[in-house]
Amino acid sequence: MSPYDLLIAPFAEFDFMKRALVGSFALAMGAAPVGVFLMLRRMSLTGDAMAHAILPGAAVGYLVAGLSLPAMTLGGLIAGVTVAVLAGLVARFTALKEDASLAAFYLLSLAVGVMLVSLRGSNVDLLHVLFGTVLALDDATLILLASIASLTLVAMAAIYRPLVLECMDPSFLRSVSSAGTPVHFIFLGLVVLNLVGGFHALGTLLAVGLMMLPAASARLWTQDISVILLISAAMGVVSGYAGLLVSYHLGLPTGPSVISAAGAIYVLSLIFGAEGGFARRFIPIRHLEA
Amino acid sequence: MSATSGILLDDVTLGYARHPAVHHLSGAIGSGSLTAVVGPNGAGKSTLLKGIVGMLKPLSGSIGLGNLTRRDIAYLPQAAEIDRSFPMAVYDLVAMGLWKRHGLFGGMGRGDSQRIGDALGAVGLTGFENRPIGTLSGGQTQRALFARLLLQNAPVILLDEPFNALDTRTVSDLLDIIRRWHGEQRTVIAVLHDMDLVRAHFTDALLLARSPVAWGPAHEVLTAENLFKARHMIEAFDPEAAICSRDAA
Repeated sequence: MSPYDLLIAPFAEFDFMKRALVGSFALAMGAAPVGVFLMLRRMSLTGDAMAHAILPGAAVGYLVAGLSLPAMTLGGLIAGVTVAVLAGLVARFTALKEDASLAAFYLLSLAVGVMLVSLRGSNVDLLHVLFGTVLALDDATLILLASIASLTLVAMAAIYRPLVLECMDPSFLRSVSSAGTPVHFIFLGLVVLNLVGGFHALGTLLAVGLMMLPAASARLWTQDISVILLISAAMGVVSGYAGLLVSYHLGLPTGPSVISAAGAIYVLSLIFGAEGGFARRFIPIRHLEA
Repeated sequence: MSATSGILLDDVTLGYARHPAVHHLSGAIGSGSLTAVVGPNGAGKSTLLKGIVGMLKPLSGSIGLGNLTRRDIAYLPQAAEIDRSFPMAVYDLVAMGLWKRHGLFGGMGRGDSQRIGDALGAVGLTGFENRPIGTLSGGQTQRALFARLLLQNAPVILLDEPFNALDTRTVSDLLDIIRRWHGEQRTVIAVLHDMDLVRAHFTDALLLARSPVAWGPAHEVLTAENLFKARHMIEAFDPEAAICSRDAA
């Protein structure tokens, strides 16, 4: 098999592979930077929780309108934002911290979601919502994914300064600006938006993978936030490409293949990462003069 | 700095869940004064700064800032809540001091990098620009935070125990900066524990032990008698405390 057959032909010959590639690129470029800030704010598991929270909204959309893109997207958005805001309010006005309240709400949300899906339809439908359909992206879904990625990048650029400050020195941000709270909620909105985009392509469970795995991998290579953002998006793009190839050649399910590719990059970063990888710890290097 | 009426404290009580930490404090912090806030642990010193900067609403009384706003106050909290594992260089940490000048979107020009360089030079951190903040020692971190304060260019500067766990050389370098601010007519309020340092360098002192013990010129406030009084005024926390009767009058 020539390199062309191995690396390019699947995308040149099959339209559905081309679409899957474009979709996963868009997803990676939007989700990875969001994941970087989730990780830096010690909210890595929040993405996971939010992904579960989206399910009942998507399910309601599905019940009302069948496999309709606008209905499921809108439902997912509403459910995700509701859980995010409720968790935020509970954290501010009760003794519970945000992680505890988020855990409570996403579990409730997931239970309701599974019940709703089972009301109508079979397990196949549930599998679609949970694991996505990256090989069946139509024009509307591609446009949605591209719009979400563009909106995410523009919004992140707009709130970049307060977002960084809110992570690294929240009390300073409070002393110079009142942007902290709105920025927090805009950011959570972007998390939900990207997960909703992700679940069309990869499903709710795997969408988080393309958000968090490249972020965690990139952190192991540099101490510079702007470089981390670039590397993570690049790693997401590479995962999408590699995952689709593996899936095509070995006949494996696509979503999990993409996430496994991101996982492989993560393991390599864990071992060889220049900033805190394993290898640095165990290979003796002589210390410096100063 | 323009002349202002300073910060007016009118019968201020600050605290948490109705329990006062600063109890019925009245007085004025004159514009351009160099005031040390001293007193035992738990006396309400940090609480007072949080009240002035507006992070804590008074339980009663009021804090007047004259013609200043909250944003004119630069505040360095005790053990600043900085996430030192955050992937960021010293240069960027210090550059945050220009927030008021540039806000969310303003671009940084050549003049700004000059200013940042000058601020780093003033605190003795020239050459540290590209170091990740996680690699700084405690003293170097405090120097970097002072550089950020320099860039904030604020008429009022609040420092909460700025010299904790610093060596004498760092303290004396940072003290030079505080004196420079005083020379520029800025109002500086610092929570401190080193009485000799306060006597030597500060014009005014407020001795706090929940209630104010003494307030005035530093050498008059920091007498053995007053300090003895302050040590004995801290009452234990009483969950069943009665409602304060002074407000009723």
